[in-house]
Amino acid sequence: MRTIAVIGASLAGLRSAEALRAQGFDGRLVVVGDEPHEPYDRPPLSKGFLLGTTDRESLALADADGLAALDAEWRLGVRAERLDTSTREVHLSDGATVVADGVVIATGGAPRTLPGTRALRTLDDAVELRAALTGGAERLVVVGAGFIGAEVASTARLLGLDVTVVEVLPIPLGRILGPEIGAVCGELHLDHGVRLRCGVGVEEVSTSGVVLTDGEVLPADVVVAGVGARPETDWLAGSDVAVGNGVLCDQGGVTNVPGVVAVGDVARWSGQRHEHWTSAAEQAAVAVRNLLAGATVDTHDKPGYFWSDQYGVRIQFIGETHLYDEIRYVDGSAQDRKFAAVYLREDVVVGVVSMNDARHFTRLRRQLGTAALSTPN
Amino acid sequence: MIRVCTVLDLPPGEAVRVVAHVPIAVFNADGELYAVDDTCTHQDASLADGWLEGCWVECPLHASSFDLRTGLPNGLPAKRPVRTYPVVVRDDVVYVDTAVQDVA
Repeated sequence: MRTIAVIGASLAGLRSAEALRAQGFDGRLVVVGDEPHEPYDRPPLSKGFLLGTTDRESLALADADGLAALDAEWRLGVRAERLDTSTREVHLSDGATVVADGVVIATGGAPRTLPGTRALRTLDDAVELRAALTGGAERLVVVGAGFIGAEVASTARLLGLDVTVVEVLPIPLGRILGPEIGAVCGELHLDHGVRLRCGVGVEEVSTSGVVLTDGEVLPADVVVAGVGARPETDWLAGSDVAVGNGVLCDQGGVTNVPGVVAVGDVARWSGQRHEHWTSAAEQAAVAVRNLLAGATVDTHDKPGYFWSDQYGVRIQFIGETHLYDEIRYVDGSAQDRKFAAVYLREDVVVGVVSMNDARHFTRLRRQLGTAALSTPN
Repeated sequence: MIRVCTVLDLPPGEAVRVVAHVPIAVFNADGELYAVDDTCTHQDASLADGWLEGCWVECPLHASSFDLRTGLPNGLPAKRPVRTYPVVVRDDVVYVDTAVQDVA
C-alpha cells in the first residue's frame, strides 16, 4: 500500500497510526481529525480535567517526539465528509481530497443530545462545562446515571454544586453491571449528598429547569446529558461500506470493502460495539495487521474492560454480565464500598467487578472463562 | 534507608507499599526483591496492586507491564519507566535505599 488514511485522531486513530508504523508501513500516512487538537485522552475529561487537577498538557496521548516519529500528515480541525470507495477518495470538509488505498475508520461516537443540555465528549465540551460549573452555577442536573453522568455528578459535587441525577431506568448501570451492583453504584450518589431520581424520564429542559415525565420540575443552572453515543457513520452514507449501528466488521475489524477497516467506538466487530478505551487501543493493532495483510489474519476477542472513578471510588469491570445467574463476593463488601466480586453463569466466571479493590480485581480477571474459583490471596 | 517490613511479611509473589518521598512498591519476585515507584507512569494506579509474573508487574488499571529490574514498560499505554531503588535485607528486615534512584 502506498497511502493509508486514518479517519479519526483520537485514541483509536492514533493507536492505528502507531500500529501502522510499528508494523512496518513506510508509505504516506494521513490522519484526519475533526477536532483541532492533537490526540488527547478523553477519560480524564469528566474527572481530573473537569475538577481542575489535571491540566491540558497531561491529556496528550503522545508527546511531540512520538507524533513526529509517526511521520504522518495531520489534517486536524477537518471533517471527513464522504468516502468514495470506487475511486478510493476521502473528501474532506476543507475541500481537499485524499486518495488512499487503505482506510482506517476511527471516527468514534457522537453524544446523543437532548435540547437544552450540554454533552461531554470533547476537550472543548469539557472546557465549557468546567467554566459553567465554576462560574457561579449552584444547581446541576445530570440526565443519565451511566459512567459519564456519574463522574460528572461526582466532580460537580467536589466543586461544591448541588447535584441531582435523573435516570430513566429503575437502576443505574443495571444493564451493564446487573441490578445488584448497579444498585450499589446508585448508592454512591446518595453517600455523597447527590439526589438520584430513577425510573423517570425527562419531558423537557426549560429555562426554569428539568421537567420530568411525572411532572416534577428540578431547578437547574446547568444541565448535562450523559445518555450514550451513536457511532459517527453519517459520512459513510453513499459509500459501499456496510453500516448498521456502527461500521460492520468481522472479528478482525475488516469491513465488506477491501482495504477498509474500522476500529474503536464506531466499529461493530462481529455484531458488537465495544465503546471502551482499552478496546479501542487493542483493536487498532489487529485491524492494521489485517489491513496490511489484505485479509483477516488476526482477530480480537478480549472481553470488554472498563474503569470509572467516582466519589473517590474506583470501579473496575471486565467481562459480560448478561445471563449471569449469581454474583459471588470474593473480598470485602458492598457496604464498605470496597469489594471484588465475580459474576457466575453455571459456576463459570463471566465477569469481574470491583470497587477500590484493584488488587483482587487484577487477580480475579485471570479466572474469566474458568470454573475453578480459587480464593485469591 | 526506609524500613519496609520483615522478610516474613514479604513472601514470594507479594508486594508491599511504603511511603517515602513518593509511594514505593517492594516486590518479592520468586525470592528476588525489587523496589520501584508505586504509581504507574501512565495514570494513577498502584503497581503494588498489580499482577506479578516473573520480574514483571502488570499495572492493575491498563495492563502496562514494567520490568522490575529496569523499571521499563513493555509497551503502551505507559511510555515512561518507573524509577528503581536498591533493596537491602539486614537482620531479616527489608529496607529500600531511596537515596539511590535509577531511571532507565
